[in-house]
This record gives sequence, structure tokens and C-alpha cells, in this order.
Amino acid sequence: MTATLKSIRNGSALPLADIPVAEADAFLRQILDATDHGWRVVAYFGIPGATVTTLYCVLATSAESRLGAIRTAVVGNRFPSLAELSPQLQLFEREIGEQCGIVFDDHPWFKPVRFHRSFVPERDAWGRPADAPIRVGVMDYFQVAGDEVHEVAVGPVHAGIIEPGHFRFQCHGEEVFHLEISLGYQHRGIEASLMGGPDPRTLFRMETAAGDTTIGHGQAYCMIREALGGSTVPPRAEALRGIALELERLANHTGDLGAIAGDVGYLPTASFCGRIRGDFLNMTAAICGSRFGRGLVTPGGTIFDLTHGLRDDLLARLAQARIDLAGAVELLWNAPSVMARLENTGTVSCDTAQEIGLVGPAARASGIKRDVRHDFPFGIYRMTHLPVATALNGDVAARSMVRWLEAQKSLDFIEEQLRQLPGGSHRSTVAPPQPDALVVALTEGWRGMICHVAVTDPHGHFARYKIVDPSFHNWQGLAMALRGQQISDFPLCNKSFNLSYCGFDL
Amino acid sequence: MTDIIIHCALTLLFPPLLLGIIGKTKAAFAGRVGAPFLQPYYDLIKLVRKGSVFSETTTWVFRAGPVVTLSATLVAALLIPLGRHAAPVSFNGDLILFAYLFGLARFFTTIAALDTGSSFEGMGAAREVTFSCLAEPTLFIALITLARTSGSLSLSTILTHTTPAGWLATGASMLLLIGALFIILLAENCRIPFDDPTTHLELTMIHEVMVLDHSGPAFGMILYGAALKLFVLGALFANVAIPLATGNALVDWVIFVVTMAALAVAIGVVESVMARLRLVRIPQLLVGSTILAAFSMLLVLR
Repeated sequence: MTATLKSIRNGSALPLADIPVAEADAFLRQILDATDHGWRVVAYFGIPGATVTTLYCVLATSAESRLGAIRTAVVGNRFPSLAELSPQLQLFEREIGEQCGIVFDDHPWFKPVRFHRSFVPERDAWGRPADAPIRVGVMDYFQVAGDEVHEVAVGPVHAGIIEPGHFRFQCHGEEVFHLEISLGYQHRGIEASLMGGPDPRTLFRMETAAGDTTIGHGQAYCMIREALGGSTVPPRAEALRGIALELERLANHTGDLGAIAGDVGYLPTASFCGRIRGDFLNMTAAICGSRFGRGLVTPGGTIFDLTHGLRDDLLARLAQARIDLAGAVELLWNAPSVMARLENTGTVSCDTAQEIGLVGPAARASGIKRDVRHDFPFGIYRMTHLPVATALNGDVAARSMVRWLEAQKSLDFIEEQLRQLPGGSHRSTVAPPQPDALVVALTEGWRGMICHVAVTDPHGHFARYKIVDPSFHNWQGLAMALRGQQISDFPLCNKSFNLSYCGFDL
Repeated sequence: MTDIIIHCALTLLFPPLLLGIIGKTKAAFAGRVGAPFLQPYYDLIKLVRKGSVFSETTTWVFRAGPVVTLSATLVAALLIPLGRHAAPVSFNGDLILFAYLFGLARFFTTIAALDTGSSFEGMGAAREVTFSCLAEPTLFIALITLARTSGSLSLSTILTHTTPAGWLATGASMLLLIGALFIILLAENCRIPFDDPTTHLELTMIHEVMVLDHSGPAFGMILYGAALKLFVLGALFANVAIPLATGNALVDWVIFVVTMAALAVAIGVVESVMARLRLVRIPQLLVGSTILAAFSMLLVLR
């Protein structure tokens, strides 16, 4: 690697001055060079100024467990696109275009991402007038021509009671040629509202960035604050956070396995897993009073502690839940009619997964060994080793299997942590953020890598706070999984990814 | 006369209970309490009291769909003997009318679906028609086989002709036949493994997606019609599969009701222990059922 990429560590602050400002050419070459060598773009965002927009790019490689940052200054509102050379950048470039009003030249799909106005009032990448409303989902969709091709539009109103998203299928009979996904209906302006922070509301915004990943996003934010405030977290708090994060993973993986069974009409697993998911949620509630872990983590540690009695109670509940879950999930693998549906459905090859930068169980199911807990250990994972579960085929069966393997490892992990819970305090104080610094915090939420990047201004306020939810990377994976599939298998593929709409829309 | 009254009363009142029994069976397998047995009746009452919404793009065809479908199924119900009791209406060749009354019902369901102009409903209609083309030969071959063994062309005679003794004489043929008929029973009634009547995922549906736009009493008619179809085809299956007769009319009625309830439990068990087929596999299973029926016919003809 050339010298322009500044090495950084997960969850530690770096003076802004240490990050080199590269020329546009060197910046782009650096990114291409890195992605060609198997690096991933974990965050790519802009800080708009009056005339100059600063673009930051954070890259990571699992193979060498290295993180790097680089930045460049863009004068004016045009910048070259790399999307055709490195497809994982395409959504990031569209996002920057939308947020900072920069037009990416030669971007093959330069369309809005979330359908909102840019951070700079008078600059719009698509030249939309400031007084006309921006309609979500109104854009040019990719279309396949031909008499026998038909288009099926699904959403944004969903038949079940879940979040809104719009899906356009180009079909030939039952076969899907192409799927385009358009989101943005849940956009709440979280990133815009975080600028100028932190304030007392910030933590709550983080916890609800993606409501089912409260601990994952909460932990990432806490790491940012702790790095900027220069405080250390007591070991007991790190262990408690790890337990909560794995409980969150268990609850969601269990729910997903049940939902996958439900989608193929296999009732026993669907019903049992629905109940067992509740058991895991209730364990989180026993710790902090909220089934989704709201109000558990806080910068400096955790708000709630674990008593001795509660610990024993949790251990007993876990043992029972393990038996129940194993019973329910084994049914799935032993039913030939279920496996016939899951195998060879919605396959994402390893190459495709690498190219579009998949994360989490979806990436691991395609055979990519990528797990933040292993590659860039944070918190309690620095002390304990968690094996990475992978599968080979990249189909729905593989994604289900990876979930089950991870659930088992999470169960082991929680039991181990509960048995050897460190003593001492569970909370320390955090000083105000240091000025002119950059922090990258990576955590492994249950959907995959969560990336938070904070850049502070000279007063120690957030000049920019970037959130990259795993869904941001993985929606494209779902679109790729559907190519050449039966349209009737879409719900099943969708469930096997189970991505967040609000985590994407922010 | 009593038999005709019981026939009509059972036909009108009993079908929704079958759905209730299936639901309860599935709930038991899933470890849930489940909805009450009478829930389908409550649903129907609720729907009848509701108002209807009609899309502006639809025509009279859309409104006629549920009415024609239900009427055709009701007429078919008059042709089918229940248990050991002859049907109220029977004549030579009524089995052709019986089969095509369902054809008429299907035609109106699909054309009403196409009338909405929705891409989902078009997809569902295409699937329904494709699969029913493959299911129809099985039904006919099965009826021909039965007509041959009974030497009659009237449903009442054909279906009351099977006896335990007859079963012993043509066991292999009958076994193949009821295998084929059970597959057709599940396929025609949109049960798992062909279709999932409880799913909310439009893209995977076959029958349910065609009726998405119906609401209120019209939707109630569709639900009631579906229950009635299950009842009629179930009675056809039960008559062939379990030819028990005591000679006492009342006892035979009780046997029939118990048989139908057992059939509903069996369907519930099938739905609980297996997943849905992938859509591309459905034609294979349907063709398989045709082959079963064809072999059954060969055994009878030889």
C-alpha cells in the first residue's frame, strides 16, 4: 500500500491533521488499489463546506485486520465515479451525491438513495428545484425491453406489517431477470440531526437507528464517545455489553430461522422459534427492563448491573433455551421438503459477495471469513476468541446454517461470560469529546458490520457523524441473489437476508 | 326425503368447520392453542356485515366472479353423494357436469382476477390455470376408472359402489387411485404442499393472490366457496377411500361426518409436517398424480 492511507485502530481517536489530504487522482487510485487487493470500503462520506467538500474514505481488510483512512478535497460539484471499476462504491457515491450535492461523472446508476434534500441547501446533484417536493421512489427504474418481459412492482406498502420498501422485478414468466430495490420511505434525517452533537438525545437516536440492533449501534456510539473522551471502560461493563450484543444476535437469528421456516410453510419450527425468540428478548429485559436492550449501554459503561441472583437465573434460562432452540432447528434440517426449498435458492457466489462488499451472515454464508469480532476485536472480544462460522454455497440454506452455527457460538459465549463475570464497577465517567479528531468504531451487529465514524470540529462537536448499517451493503446482495430465480422465491430470499429498512434509510 | 334434507343441511353448514379442524390440528402441531373450531363461521359473519370496496378499473366481471364461483360449487355439491347416500340430483353423465362446474368456477375466479389489471393477480391466474390443466386429467382418469369398476356413468352410483369387498378385489388399483385423488384434493383446494392458504406473501401465492382485491360479502362468498369445494372434493375422496356402510341411514350419516373430520385432521397433519413445494416442482407432482391414476386405470382395464 502506498503511504497515503493512514492506518487507524478500531475505536481509537486520531487527530484530524494526521490524515493525509490526497489529491483527487491519488485518492481515487488509492481506493481502487485497495479494493483490488481485497479491501472493503466500510465508509465513504463527505463533509460539505461552503465551496470545498471533504471526502473521507475508510477502508478495511479482514485478511490483515487493518483499517485505513484517507481524505480528499473536492472543489465544485463534480467528481469522478469509480462505481464501474469497484461496484461496492456505487451506493456510497449516490449517497454522497444526495447528501453533498456532488455529481459523480460516469456513474452508471446515479439516482437518489433516500430522496431528501442535500445538506447544502442550494446544491442538488439532480438539479431539482428547491420549491418542488421530492417524491420518494420516483426515479428512472432499470427496465428490460421485449414483448415477453413483464414488470412486477411490489410495495412500498407491504402485505405484512413490516417496514416500507419498493421492489421492481423484471420478469420473464416466473423467472426474475433483474430486481431493483428503492428505499428511503423511513428516512428520518438522523445523520443531519447528529451534526453539532453530542447532546442528551444522541444516544437515543443511535438506539433507534435500526430498532432491532439497539445494542449494536449503541455500542458503536459508546466506543466513539469513549475514544473521543479518552476514557476506559471497566471490564465488567465490557462483559455485560458483550452479553447483551450476543443476546440480541440470538434473538434475531432465532426469529429469522423461524421466519424462514414460516415462509416455506413449515409450521413447527416457525411457531417454536417465534416463542424462543421471545425467551431471548425477555433475558435482555431481565437485565435492563427493555426487551430490545434500550437504555442498557451508555458512554463509559452500562446503566444496569447484573446481580448474583439474576446471573444464576439467566444461566438456567439459557440452558433451557438452548435445548428448545436445538430441538426446533433440528426439525428444519431433518425435513427433506424444507431443505429442498432452501438449497440452491437465492445463491450469491463468493466472487459477487466480495465484489459488492457483503457483510455479516450473508457474507459468511458465501464463504467469506469476515467478522468484526474476529478481524477488528472491540470491547470484550479483545479478551476472548469467538470462532467465525462460515458456509460455502451462499444460498438460503447456507444463510440459515450460518445463523444456527452463530447462535450456538453465542450461547457458549454468553454462558462463559456469565460464569466468569469480572467484578468491580460497571460504569466510568466520560470526558467531553476532544476537538479536531476522527474516530472509526466497528462492531458486529447481528446483521453484520456496523460502522460509525465521527469527525469533530474545533469545539469538540460532531462536524459529521456517519452511520453505515450492514443493510447499506447487503440490499444489493439481495438484488443479486434474485437473478435467475423464481419470483415466487423472493420472500424466502428476502427473509434469509432480513435487512433493515430504517437502518438503511436513517 | 330425510336424506335430501340432511344432505342440504350438511352441505350448507358443515364446510367451514373443516377449516376450523384443519386450523386446530396445525395449532396442536405447533404447540399453540389455536383459534376456536368455529372461527371460520365468525369470520364469515364478520365479512357479511362489512361493506365492499370496488376498484374503478373493474367491471361487472369482477363482481360476478364470486357469485358464479359459489353457485357453481353449490350445484356441484348437489351432484355428489355424501357417504352411502345418493345425491339429490343424479343422471347419466353427471360426472362430466361435476368436473366442469369446477372448471366454470375457476374460469370466473381467474377472469375476475385479470379484470383488476393487477400484475400480482395476473401472475396468480396464470399459475392457477397452468396447474389446473395438469390436475384435470387426473380427476377424469380417476372418474373413468371408477365408472369402469361400477359400470355406471352417474356419480351417485359410481361413488356408492365401492365396498370393502370391492376394495379387496381391486386393492392395488384403489390404492393408486386414492393416492392420486389425495394429491388432487390438496392441489385443488390450495393446501400445502401446493399453496399456503395462510401466507401473506403475494408473490408466492397461487389461489389467494387472485382474490386479494375482493372484500366484504364477496370475499365471504369466496371463503365459503373454498370451504365448500374442500367439502365436496373431500366427500368424493372419502367415498372412495373409506367405503364403510352399515345400512342404517342415520349411522351412515354419522360415519360420513366422522370420516370428513378425520380427513380434515389428515390434511392438517400434512400441512404441519411438510413445507411448500417450490413452484417449479408443482407440475411434476401433478403429472405424478396423473400417472398414478393412469396405472390405476390400466389395472382395471386389463
